[in-house]
Amino acid sequence: MIEHVRVAIIGGGPSGLTAAAALAGRVGGEVRVFEREAEAGGIPRHSDHPGYGIRDLKRFISGPDYARRLVRSAVDAGAVVETGTMVTGWSGPRRFEITSRRGRREIEADAVVLATGARERPRPARRIPGDRPDGVLTTGQLQNLVHLHHRGVGSRAVVVGAELVSWSAVLTLREAGCEPVLMTTEHPKSESYAAFRLAGRLALRVPVATRTRLVSIAGRGRVESVTLEDIDTGRRRVVACDTVVTTGDWIPDNELARAAGLRMDRATRGPEVDMSLATSQEGIFAIGNLVHPVDTADVAALDGRHVVEAVLRSLTGDGTPATGPRLQIDAPLRWISPQRLDLGHAPSRGKLLLWSDELVRFPVVVAEQGGREIGRVRPPWPCAPGRVFRVPFRLLAKADPAAGDVTVRLAR
Amino acid sequence: MSTNEHGRTFDVVVIGGGIVGAAMARELGATSLDVAILEARGDVGDGTSKANTAILHTGFDAKPGTLESRLVARGYDLLGAYAEQVGIPVERTGAILVAWTLEELAALPSLKEKAEQNGYDRCQIIDADAVYAEVPDLGEGVLGGLTVPGESIICTWTTNLALATEAVDRGVTLLTSHRVEGLERYGRRTRLMTDQGPVTATWVINAAGLGADWIDEMFGHHRFTVTPRRGELFVFDKQSRPKVPKIVLPVPSSKGKGVLVSPTIYGNVMLGPTAEDLHDRTATGTSEDGFAFLLEKGGRLMPTLLDEEVTASYAGLRAATEHGDYVIELDAEQQYLLLGGIRSTGLTAGMAIAEHATGLLADAGVDVTPRPESSLPEPPLMPHIGEAGARPYQDDELIAADPAYGEIVCFCERVTRGEVRDAFCSSIPPTDLDGLRRRTRIMNGRCQGFFCGANVQALLDSAGTSTETEAAR
Repeated sequence: MIEHVRVAIIGGGPSGLTAAAALAGRVGGEVRVFEREAEAGGIPRHSDHPGYGIRDLKRFISGPDYARRLVRSAVDAGAVVETGTMVTGWSGPRRFEITSRRGRREIEADAVVLATGARERPRPARRIPGDRPDGVLTTGQLQNLVHLHHRGVGSRAVVVGAELVSWSAVLTLREAGCEPVLMTTEHPKSESYAAFRLAGRLALRVPVATRTRLVSIAGRGRVESVTLEDIDTGRRRVVACDTVVTTGDWIPDNELARAAGLRMDRATRGPEVDMSLATSQEGIFAIGNLVHPVDTADVAALDGRHVVEAVLRSLTGDGTPATGPRLQIDAPLRWISPQRLDLGHAPSRGKLLLWSDELVRFPVVVAEQGGREIGRVRPPWPCAPGRVFRVPFRLLAKADPAAGDVTVRLAR
Repeated sequence: MSTNEHGRTFDVVVIGGGIVGAAMARELGATSLDVAILEARGDVGDGTSKANTAILHTGFDAKPGTLESRLVARGYDLLGAYAEQVGIPVERTGAILVAWTLEELAALPSLKEKAEQNGYDRCQIIDADAVYAEVPDLGEGVLGGLTVPGESIICTWTTNLALATEAVDRGVTLLTSHRVEGLERYGRRTRLMTDQGPVTATWVINAAGLGADWIDEMFGHHRFTVTPRRGELFVFDKQSRPKVPKIVLPVPSSKGKGVLVSPTIYGNVMLGPTAEDLHDRTATGTSEDGFAFLLEKGGRLMPTLLDEEVTASYAGLRAATEHGDYVIELDAEQQYLLLGGIRSTGLTAGMAIAEHATGLLADAGVDVTPRPESSLPEPPLMPHIGEAGARPYQDDELIAADPAYGEIVCFCERVTRGEVRDAFCSSIPPTDLDGLRRRTRIMNGRCQGFFCGANVQALLDSAGTSTETEAAR
């Protein structure tokens, strides 16, 4: 038996729930969210500190509180949130298989919104050699253990990374009674230096080893130490610890997107989307941190509102897959999102999202098409590794949809 | 089994609960002998057997005329049939041995002949186009290949567990966390000193893998030295599996078998192993040099593979010796049987080694007559953790009968709460996370616990009874 829904939203985190709330009641049929966890809400559920809901709800609340509000909004709007239900594969262009306690079923949808989010690369994906002791965690696992399961995690931690999420890990470690003895970053500055001042105060100043890479992990049974290397001098040192938290280094949970055969972006590793968040396949959309790994929860959530227009167009038979000129980037920019222009549409919040591997305090961003400069902006903020660099869409105001790919880069 | 002031006494004690020890114990469990397995670690298969390349070998490339060659060929049939009977995941993928240099190309005919001397006559030499037709993602420069249609991939964890489970079901006593530290002979018996007290046996079978030479020395022999040979491997994300439809073998050189690329039974791709002789028999860590070597090799074998995410990396130790063959010898005087020098082929050969060794025991006068079929329990039906067959989360009838099989706990590997519960209710329940991983695949996936780690910990702490919602409270 195949169940039919008007719009299927896969993933019940901030972006999926926001999309559900915005679409329910407007599409002439059921909007259903499929969430594999026992509760919807996504990562904010276990980020038990304030700082959520600023841009979307105009509030400053804790992660769990934020998650609860988003679930309530979606349900109040008439969306169905089916938890404990995992989408396990596709059986047609907009038809997929699910498994839950209620069995295995097939769902056919007129439109599918992928909102599967992102996760941190764990140790093996970072190719860190050494022993394989207990005590090596991502921030996600750490926060799950501490905030949802109220467990201890060790007594001395080395935090790998100095992004926003790394400081979040520090706060969680403190709460669990585990001393963060050192943070390491391969960059010359703590990536999130503005947040560093705020969070650093809160966290009572954890020393940050810059230009430092984690060489290996040692320990039998439990972590005993890590070996660190100064990238510039090659000098190595051993730091004793019983816990290692690998933070940041995000990768979209892209399995369903890839399995659907969507055109993927090599840099973000998420599906390629246009300004309206359409993917390369008609009737399939992708939002949130699946397409920009990783931005704050509120920005991800706002994608859920932004995608509404394109979903409605698609449901009335006016949807076109993303085919406009592609946006390319040059180093030190790592990725850009969205990746394609579509006629007459601006991106969510009127901002292009970029990720930089270098700190540039006064960046000038240039767009070129056909070897010619078509736009230039000077954002009043720096671009820094470890957080999204936002650039006003007016950079591309003069782009010609018929003139080929556009390159976005930092002026030297 | 009887107990006295000298500890427990058994007719036969098998030292080592790896593939070989478990196969041996299972075989003897079918007789009237009172048998025990002494395993130094907390679980069976936690030493060499857990970390190999998990290939069911035809034995095409063994040294003709050796005991190893004979037992691998026999084991291939025995284990293949046993796998079908008890549900050990096997995929009959086949292999191609790929030549990248003229020298390697020139070696293919002799490898084909060698296979034939080993009784394997299905190898074919194919040209480069045919190699690329089979594995289009191979790097540039292939000159030709040799097909080995019978080489297959298998689940080493389930193999070890199935053999040990059937042994236990047949009445064999499994004594885990019993490390043999010394022994003394008295009369016609051997008293094995373990860190948990003495265990006495009439016959001792040494299947101690990396420690086999130490045990052998305790019996006064100096037959061989185990040199742990470390092999490091990368396991790539499941998304890369379509690139590697079969096992891709290098042409062996004087330095060993070399680095291969293989699909895994869990739907991933494996690259490795390295080969590095060590002294430390506990050095199962991976290394910077090992990683660099594998990435360099992998980049040439299949450049696009390196674009994929690494899901896991691990190192295994092969129990290499100075001998070119298995060292299987029976000492009738001391009532002691050595099963030593069993290298990575031991996964395939294990059941044949047990069969062969049982024959040696019979020759020495041990009564190994099997009990009547009717008094033996049914062989176990192992949980199916292979990617190719239907898994519980895909089985509608199973979920309808028990909704716990619809509750996916580990999203990346799609392991359900029902399977975790079953593992704790099995004949050999897991004692730690790694044991639970080997029985269910839990937390072996791409997120490595980002999503499920905390829930899995709660399940482990409650021996499989926690529910997510309880855990979340």
